[in-house]
Amino acid sequence: MSLDEVPPPGAALVEELDKRLLVQLRDGRKIVGILRSFDQFANLVLEGAVERIIVGILYAEDPLGLYVVRGENVVLLGDIDPAHDPPAILQKVSLAEIRQIQRDEKEQEKIKKTMKARMDFLEFD
Amino acid sequence: MLFYSYFKTLVGKQVTVELKNDLAITGTLHSVDQYLNIKLNNVHVVNEQKYPHMMSVRNCFIRGSVVRYVQLPPGSVDVELLHDATRREARG
Repeated sequence: MSLDEVPPPGAALVEELDKRLLVQLRDGRKIVGILRSFDQFANLVLEGAVERIIVGILYAEDPLGLYVVRGENVVLLGDIDPAHDPPAILQKVSLAEIRQIQRDEKEQEKIKKTMKARMDFLEFD
Repeated sequence: MLFYSYFKTLVGKQVTVELKNDLAITGTLHSVDQYLNIKLNNVHVVNEQKYPHMMSVRNCFIRGSVVRYVQLPPGSVDVELLHDATRREARG
């Protein structure tokens, strides 16, 4: 196969330009925005970006504006079906509420961890 | 380019891509490129309850660098052919 027949890496993203996409990042964050530009590393420019914060079945959206995402942090780009967005099982709450819920979850995790560490000598599985 | 060529022969087949963050996505292979970035159509996520944000996603582009496994349909690998191609590629 000769090199000039091979499309440049990432070229498949052309079809996603100017669409509203859900971008999942490596740290678990989800950003929704309109794809305006990209390159072969999947560096992205997202217009009107919002972070969608989801905890359990609750979610909130944090407006971010124009965002450039460095490609290495991208896990996937999802083409959003507007008829099913946001997913019906998710309930919208305010940003303040979701932040509080996030903090509570984190606290719970911490407690669980310390409990587990203390019980370690019992050797549960 | 061997695996790129190989994946190109799988376009249109149903595959499951497991990512390094443990998310597993099943869909029809739409395209693949040199970095093994993968585009899937008509996706559904294994264990959807755990990843509710993916419920509104129909088609997706997965960055090659985050892929751990690609599960292929049975019988989709002609080992003989791949074996020969490997030797040919190694000879250059």
